[in-house]
Amino acid sequence: MDKTLRRGPERQLGVKNDTKSVFFININVNSLCVCVCVCVCVCVCVCGLQYDLSASTFSPDGRVFQVEYAMKAVENSSTAIGIRCKDGIVFGVEKLVLSKLYEEGSNKRIFNIDRHVGMAVAGLLADARSLAEVAREEASNFRSNYGHDIPLKHLSDRVAMYVHAYTLYSAVRPFGCSFILGSYNKDDGAQLYMVDPSGISYGYWGCAIGKAKQAAKTEIEKLQMREMTCRELVKEVAKIIYIVHDEVKDKAFELELSWVGEVTNGRHELVPKDIKEEAEKYAKDSLEEEDDSDEDNM
Amino acid sequence: MEKHYTDSKVKGVSTGTTILAAIFDGGVVIGSDSRASIGGEYVSSKTINKVIQVHDRIFCCMAGSLADAQAVIKSAKSHLSFHSVQMESPPLVIAAASILKELCYKNKDELQAGFLTAGWDGKKGPQVYVVSLGGMLISQQVTIGGSGSTYIYGYVDAKYKPNMTREECLQFATNALALAMGRDNVSGGVAHLVVITEKGVEHVVVPGDKLPRFNDE
Repeated sequence: MDKTLRRGPERQLGVKNDTKSVFFININVNSLCVCVCVCVCVCVCVCGLQYDLSASTFSPDGRVFQVEYAMKAVENSSTAIGIRCKDGIVFGVEKLVLSKLYEEGSNKRIFNIDRHVGMAVAGLLADARSLAEVAREEASNFRSNYGHDIPLKHLSDRVAMYVHAYTLYSAVRPFGCSFILGSYNKDDGAQLYMVDPSGISYGYWGCAIGKAKQAAKTEIEKLQMREMTCRELVKEVAKIIYIVHDEVKDKAFELELSWVGEVTNGRHELVPKDIKEEAEKYAKDSLEEEDDSDEDNM
Repeated sequence: MEKHYTDSKVKGVSTGTTILAAIFDGGVVIGSDSRASIGGEYVSSKTINKVIQVHDRIFCCMAGSLADAQAVIKSAKSHLSFHSVQMESPPLVIAAASILKELCYKNKDELQAGFLTAGWDGKKGPQVYVVSLGGMLISQQVTIGGSGSTYIYGYVDAKYKPNMTREECLQFATNALALAMGRDNVSGGVAHLVVITEKGVEHVVVPGDKLPRFNDE
């Protein structure tokens, strides 16, 4: 049996891999929850009623509300985007700075999973950190067992399976984070996968997660990423983050940029300071141009 | 070699053996003799096949205790086939060799088995890996193993050239096995050879009377 899956919900209950006992515990918790919540139910709004109290319950129209609520948690967080180009991947994260007292560069939202794999997250940061550890162990065990780097599709399938396991039981809650995995190697080229709280993973050329994901997706669709190189793409990613950042609601933010591709020899790294500054300058200048052109139009 | 003889009483049938693998231009040849003996006194099989297929383009040769080697290969074969289905692509030769290495290393106190793994994959082309008794894994261009290998180190060192043609390499392998079988009492029988290339796999069996003869016979 696989080590990673064993660390999941069964362990936390102190129960061995015995589906029967988990099932009984689920039923007890459920009926308890139902009794308590019948009184509260009147005030609860449209969708949930008693179908949204645990992840082990379907609603009559076939939805698992807890998983959908987890996705709402992701939408409350600031935006992260990942774009694949012909020779690599670039990640950009809009990291909101809630207090001037924070040390610069703390609470990173881009993680290194393996030398050749990077991960950008959105949602509850603590959940994301524990998933980054899971992904790191998967990649490390794979290399130990099979002697070569883990292919990204396999890694994202494995982590997605782990995330999915937490959507099956009422004793645990689903993870409240989505993340984007990216890697580059000479034989398979650049790859980008996104995993959401329901445990689905898809491959992408460009994707966005977080509060401004719709606006970011619109901007990403305008790019011709298949023909771009990483150096060109870094500037575009910075520009997109600056465009979708809401100046009114959220004041200060830090831009986190990282890349992996031919330009870094297949290693996932934060973008060097000078290139990052050049990209931010390009982003700020493009924003000003757009503002100016808007004024002219008026 | 003494350990090999005393342990045979405990482990039963053991392979005094000659196995080899060599890379040529575009593929790899892996081969072995076919004798299984008990204690170096009794030939329990004249026609045993020590070259086992673990996947479409990956073969292994066993050395050491036959029972241990067969058990390890059986487990590795099933693990490798599951891995290949999960990856949705043919496995890399290094993956097959690493699986064998993990089994040999983690159970080194109980097992007495070593392997040569040879094959072809899309990433690195033809490769040969040696997993030794304790679980060391290294990659080589040409390698020999088993009790009969001691008699042909000189021949292999002198006669192996990188980037040989398929025919030259087959002739080299046949000669090496014949020389070893001629001097080692626990190696003999027929020479089993397998040629693995991108296009496919070919078995060549050279019966004892068709083996090349040398000046001393």
